[in-house]
Amino acid sequence: MDHIPLSHKKQIPAYSKFNNKRRKYIKTTLVYFLLILFSLMFIIPFLWLVFGSLKTSSELFSNPGIPKSFQWENYVTAFSEFPFFLYLKNTLFITIVNIIGAVLSNTLIAYGFARIEWKGRNTAFVIVMITMLLPFQVTMIPLFMLFQKFGWIGTFLPLTAPAFFGNPFFIFLLRQFFLGIPKELSEAAKLDGASEFRIYWNVILPLSKPIITTVIIFSFLHTWGDFIGPLVFLNDNSLYTLSLGIQQIMSVNDPRWPLLLAVGVSMTLPVLIIFFVMQKYFIQGIAQSGIKE
Amino acid sequence: MIAKRRNLLNAVLFISPWIIGLVVFTAYPLLSSLYYSFTDYNAISDPTFVGLDNYKQLLFDDNIFYKGLSNTLYMIFVGLSLQTVATIFIATLLNNRSIKGMSFFRVIFFLPTLVPLVILSILWIWILQPDTGIVNSFLGFFGLEGPGWFSSPTWSKPSFILMAIWGSGGMIIIYLAGLQGISDSLYEAAEIDGANSIQKFFRITLPMLKPVILYNVITGIIAMFQSFAEAFIITNGGPDGSTTFYSLYLYQNAFQYSKMGYASAMAWILLIISLVIMFLLFKLTKRWGYDG
Repeated sequence: MDHIPLSHKKQIPAYSKFNNKRRKYIKTTLVYFLLILFSLMFIIPFLWLVFGSLKTSSELFSNPGIPKSFQWENYVTAFSEFPFFLYLKNTLFITIVNIIGAVLSNTLIAYGFARIEWKGRNTAFVIVMITMLLPFQVTMIPLFMLFQKFGWIGTFLPLTAPAFFGNPFFIFLLRQFFLGIPKELSEAAKLDGASEFRIYWNVILPLSKPIITTVIIFSFLHTWGDFIGPLVFLNDNSLYTLSLGIQQIMSVNDPRWPLLLAVGVSMTLPVLIIFFVMQKYFIQGIAQSGIKE
Repeated sequence: MIAKRRNLLNAVLFISPWIIGLVVFTAYPLLSSLYYSFTDYNAISDPTFVGLDNYKQLLFDDNIFYKGLSNTLYMIFVGLSLQTVATIFIATLLNNRSIKGMSFFRVIFFLPTLVPLVILSILWIWILQPDTGIVNSFLGFFGLEGPGWFSSPTWSKPSFILMAIWGSGGMIIIYLAGLQGISDSLYEAAEIDGANSIQKFFRITLPMLKPVILYNVITGIIAMFQSFAEAFIITNGGPDGSTTFYSLYLYQNAFQYSKMGYASAMAWILLIISLVIMFLLFKLTKRWGYDG
């Protein structure tokens, strides 16, 4: 090994460069291979849901692949036999009220935490962060009792009213964003005699459209698919949301599965559309939540 | 002085919705659940004080409580660990500079998180159907006989883990953002020192990713403790109690057996357990920090 003359040794870098290129090529191919493999595992269940909603009941049990003939009428039957539009209306109502409540309350609260200096601000914010870690199950039972005392059980109020009183995660997201807006803007407005509320309304809110969009999206996602909330607080058939309605029908003996899957696709579709239109805000919002200072 | 007082007044006005919410929807329920936990309460007649009876019964005389706790801990230690490894691995693949179409793949991994929980549960019942589900059909293609998944006491929890991994696109995006935040110069310096990919991953990537991992693990633990809908819908705790998770048993006690006091004691034990786990995690990661 040590007999290689000096002149030969000089060629080694060139050889290893070629080797490097080759290794890089193999590595890239491997990465693509793995990514495509994982992508398939992530996408196939999704396709199965769509295909399943277009099969006959018997085919659903026998054929895990593409339907032999597409049963589009499953959708028509599902919408007429299942109180789809009633549940859709309920879900939409709860979702819209939640979004309004989330935007109104959390922007105000976050403004108080980010744009006004006061004693005890940091301590109070630590409390916000701690409540973010509180499992729902811990407060669920007393909340049920409380709403019963208020006479709210049997109405939408248990699922809508709390949205107007702040959500720790949204407060956190908005506060981070508000902290990044230059102080000079507020100070200039103050010199012109603007009140804090005016600054909030005329200066901060217009600059915060991207983060408010993120809050709207998260609030939508969370309320739209929420299951435990409606399960605990709604006890009247006519108030059911899509999630709860689907689960109730599912627990009946021998439900007609393709119809349920059709309702499932219909319930997922609005989320997909909003995702594709607003992709940027989804990804940014989620990425931001994990990267905090 | 006047300015300070005015600021405080303004701040209180701005955050007043939060203060009201904290008192009415968090602090009051928290304290009353502590009170309920010392009572026998069926939600119809008034609660009667029973001291530590609920806690004693839970800790010394309730096998299902321990079953629920160990099922949930299994999901945390086995499930969340696998989920963490899988999501970091996929995020690392996505972060590769020579890959084109990263945002396309990112969308694919994120899609499952958009499926509402109830639909997700229905979907997985079918995917893991023992006879005709896609997974077992696929295994059958290679001559392997797949397990009974949700209907097998051994495989029911791994089934929920698979489901959790399928729906962890959010974690992947958070890890990817964390990876993208690591400065290139660190890797370049390591390359000059002759480090290979594996060394770079363990010496640079993982240590730099630590805060993000901590965030995902903490939110993951809370999510596992709260995880309820999937098990309620798919297995309702069966087979053999193998998927009676902590939250499911808590819900059953409260709203199916009307044992509100007993369930409240469970809620407080849950609160204490999760606080202890968080505390340990913070301590542990601090220690890692000093080791370098």
